[in-house]
Amino acid sequence: MLAQDRNRQIDRPATHRVWRTVGFPIWLYLSWYRSRTIRQKRVVWAWTFLSVPLLFYVVIRFYPTADAFWLSLHDWNLLSDMEWAGMSNFGRLAADPEFWQVFWNTFQYLLLGTPISLVIAFTIAYYLDQVRFMHGFIRALYFLPFLTTAVAMAWVWRWFYQPVPVGVFNNILAELGIAQQPFLRSTSQALPSVLAPAIWAGLGFQVIIFLAGLRAIPQSYYEAARIDGVSRLTILWEITIPLLKPTIVFLVVFSSIGFLRIFDHVFNMTTNDPGGPLNSTEPLVLMIYDTAFNGFQMGYAAAQTVVLFLVLLVVSLIQLRILRDR
Amino acid sequence: MTATLDAAGRLGAGEGGTARFFRTPIRPGRIVMWTLLFLGGITMVMPIVFMLSTSLKYPHEVFDLSLIPQEPTLENYIYVLEDGRFFRWFINSLLIATATTLSCVFFDSLVGYVLCKFKFRGRYIIFIAILSTLMIPTEMLVIPWYLMAQSFGWLDTYWGIMFPGMMTAFGTFLMKQFFETVPDDFLEAARIDGMNEFQIWWSIAMPLVTPALSALAIFIFLGNWTAFIWPLIVTTDSNLYTLPVGLTTFSVEQQIDWELIMTGASLATIPTLLVFLFFQRYIIRGVVLAGLKG
Repeated sequence: MLAQDRNRQIDRPATHRVWRTVGFPIWLYLSWYRSRTIRQKRVVWAWTFLSVPLLFYVVIRFYPTADAFWLSLHDWNLLSDMEWAGMSNFGRLAADPEFWQVFWNTFQYLLLGTPISLVIAFTIAYYLDQVRFMHGFIRALYFLPFLTTAVAMAWVWRWFYQPVPVGVFNNILAELGIAQQPFLRSTSQALPSVLAPAIWAGLGFQVIIFLAGLRAIPQSYYEAARIDGVSRLTILWEITIPLLKPTIVFLVVFSSIGFLRIFDHVFNMTTNDPGGPLNSTEPLVLMIYDTAFNGFQMGYAAAQTVVLFLVLLVVSLIQLRILRDR
Repeated sequence: MTATLDAAGRLGAGEGGTARFFRTPIRPGRIVMWTLLFLGGITMVMPIVFMLSTSLKYPHEVFDLSLIPQEPTLENYIYVLEDGRFFRWFINSLLIATATTLSCVFFDSLVGYVLCKFKFRGRYIIFIAILSTLMIPTEMLVIPWYLMAQSFGWLDTYWGIMFPGMMTAFGTFLMKQFFETVPDDFLEAARIDGMNEFQIWWSIAMPLVTPALSALAIFIFLGNWTAFIWPLIVTTDSNLYTLPVGLTTFSVEQQIDWELIMTGASLATIPTLLVFLFFQRYIIRGVVLAGLKG
């Protein structure tokens, strides 16, 4: 008898169980909804639409952010219990010469990458804007690298940098009778060598944005300048660049954040000794990755991420301040 | 920001900017300028061309710098694809990028729409809260995400790779900006016709912002297709690697067989290049829209 009952229950469609549990709350919700006014109904719709996204932002964005700060105040290697460490992780960072090396590397990527890439991109965009013959084709050539995968291109450039007989650059140098360069093998040349493909890949985006900015400058300014008989250089300095300021601010901040977070290129171009030689190319993100997922020092790594956050915040704020004022 | 595209939303050549003002008869200076720009453009694509040409070469030809292989061969591609893993990684990347893009396009525009068109208490706070997540770098969240994935058993699953990117604050902000351009009258008319709010959003508001949706989709897809650090952290099973992570592993294995590494790199690059060739205009417009409004 009992066994039969149990069997009968199993035979029922699976949806029955689902409805038995969620049916009542849904009915309650709907009947409550029906008794609302039109205005209230819209608010209900708004919150219904927002429910899943809000859950997502709380669980996947806000909680992890808080967790990162919380972890940075602890010592934890994933196996043992978490131990309160106060600010000692930050003290340890400040006393670590590797960290200061990494910190300086990160800023080198920023200080070299942003100005160089923006000047090149602006020059290209400024002249490309005046070109009509095959404009679209040339623009596509400059834009193409932006669509490549950083990992794939890091390996291509790594191949370029190899010593003879493999590397393209050293082969060209040999043809020209110039001394061979160590590139990725030297502590002084490695960082610019890693930076080059990152600049190369981002250039297309900056050119496209500059082109759009140039196009947005009203024609009448140029006409007025022409009537006044102003030279081209003056027009560039007095009209084009000031009116392009919103675009410039956006690109400076956007690309700076990109260079401060450089990782893919460094990781792939120095896989035999990540961040090498002698940490000379190691950026902050690589140090974080290494501390967290090779060293399993979660608290210490979290402290480094807090430093990264502060660096990004301070650099962006300073840039916005300086560029907006001028 | 103030970017004006022409009526068709294109960035056509010479419609504005300095172009018309400087339009002059062909002079030697202009020819030099054009040639320099053209050569610059060719230099820009050289790494890609070198990669593709080397992937078609036999090992003994790799050290030869000529761009056109003397005896082109698909040997490398056959070798790499026979391995089977590349195909798997390709499918993984495609699945993950597609699923994330669909989710982002759906939820980002939904949230953007709600924040733009609905008036209710707490709207402003929610907007600021979502926007503030833009200030948090992904790298800061990877450790908590990893711990979360570990405790929920999401390591080495598709969901584990995808979950951090299912919605973006950037997309929400972008879509909110674009829904501002949709007149309230349209929505009101639909409401009087008896459509519910979901139908209004889906069948009235969404079709009016398709340029923005495609811009967002391009950006999100590209971002996920090339994403590296998070898939690298969350996957240890080679069957679940995405293309970039797989390519790293593969390249490290090959060590000095550059023609094979170039083949792998080509396989990771060719799909996006093909898509670009077909949808060039939309992609460039999308990047401009997303870049300037976002």
